[in-house]
Amino acid sequence: MNILGLFWEWFSDSANWQGTDGIPTRLLEHVWYSGLSLLIAAAIGLPLGLLTGHTGRGGFVAASLANFARALPTLGIVILVVLIYGVGLGPVLTALIALAVPPVLVNTYEGIRNVDADIKDAARGMGMTGPEVLFKVEIPAAMPLILLGLRTAAIQIVATATVAAYVSLGGLGRYIFDGFQRQDYKAVVGGSVLVVLLAVIVAGIFLALRRLLVPAGVRQSGRVA
Amino acid sequence: MALVDGEPLIRWNWVADHLQDFVDLTGEHLFLSLAPVVLGLLISIPLGVASIRWSWLYPPVFAGANLLYAIPSLALFMLMLDLTGLNSRWTAIVPLTGYTLAVLVPNVVDGLRQVPASVRQAATAMGFGTWRRLIQVELPIAVPVIMAGLRVATVSSISLVSVAVLVGQGGLGQLFTDGAQREFPTPIIAGIVLTIILAFAADLALVTAQRLLTPWARSRKGTA
Repeated sequence: MNILGLFWEWFSDSANWQGTDGIPTRLLEHVWYSGLSLLIAAAIGLPLGLLTGHTGRGGFVAASLANFARALPTLGIVILVVLIYGVGLGPVLTALIALAVPPVLVNTYEGIRNVDADIKDAARGMGMTGPEVLFKVEIPAAMPLILLGLRTAAIQIVATATVAAYVSLGGLGRYIFDGFQRQDYKAVVGGSVLVVLLAVIVAGIFLALRRLLVPAGVRQSGRVA
Repeated sequence: MALVDGEPLIRWNWVADHLQDFVDLTGEHLFLSLAPVVLGLLISIPLGVASIRWSWLYPPVFAGANLLYAIPSLALFMLMLDLTGLNSRWTAIVPLTGYTLAVLVPNVVDGLRQVPASVRQAATAMGFGTWRRLIQVELPIAVPVIMAGLRVATVSSISLVSVAVLVGQGGLGQLFTDGAQREFPTPIIAGIVLTIILAFAADLALVTAQRLLTPWARSRKGTA
């Protein structure tokens, strides 16, 4: 209960709602960095995943890439990138995107790859062309895994954007690191709880997307990883 | 923060001088990342079994696991401080155990669910009681699926634990903050490389363990 009390005290303090370090600004920054990174990661990962999945080539490379990406310590990567390329939005966002592409790519690949061969044969038998099979059959059937990949990437991005405040990125992570530095645990709790809430909202959005985008015929239990 | 002009990415003599530190930090890193995996496995098996036995239990457990997985580790570590403090290893271990559970519980449930009904009936017909059937028949058949989750959980835990250096418990993560404070890339690169090596070594160990645990999968392909 202590945490909720601290959070409320911090959250209801009007001083925390103003200026460049105010809650609206920081929240917007976090959403902006994360949304932009996810969009770019999806723009890279989805076509590559669709292509490799549809043609069946490069699967081993894709799977190894995902394994490798999972093993990378994000804090170290973010610090190294900033040390080499300097403080600035560009380098940090590039790192966020690079870390988010593998889950999108691999899940899309796996999803398309694992579409029942009989269904694909049937689609071809009905006279569909390659792209038609991909867009009308494979993508809808692979939608649960495609969304899972995007969800994993989104979670990863929101978390890494928080950590990246260590190397002076804005966003909600600022409250955590600045508060820690000032030994102001109230601000640390405030930032942390807001990050948790943002993560819950992201999870909720993907739950809603699942309802909207996954055809009723292919709904099945999703996995976390 | 920027690199001083002329500073090489790696100073090999610094690496050579700090080998003992690497060994100590690696040991600490392994403990902090593997203890949650072991705890997570010990909790997720009974939780998974219970979710199968009482099916109403699974939707809330699954939703909880999904939600927990979405929460950034830094926020959880910071909130844990309130309960455990800066000098406790539990600050790192408890949240990481949560992530392990989030990955493992669905895999345990999926693994147990895919045990063919005919196999279960055969075991019952042979006089196996509920518990003996679970331990000697159902869990062994679920090993490949559980192992897949365990591999993901282990690799994630090894890479994630370095964030806990920000609450004073990060194993190799100390190399990252050390390098950042001194604007010195060598320890950062050493830390990244060691983390990746640890993750792959642990993964290889699990693959080997799986081969030993499921000898039948080697002779008859297709059961795995």
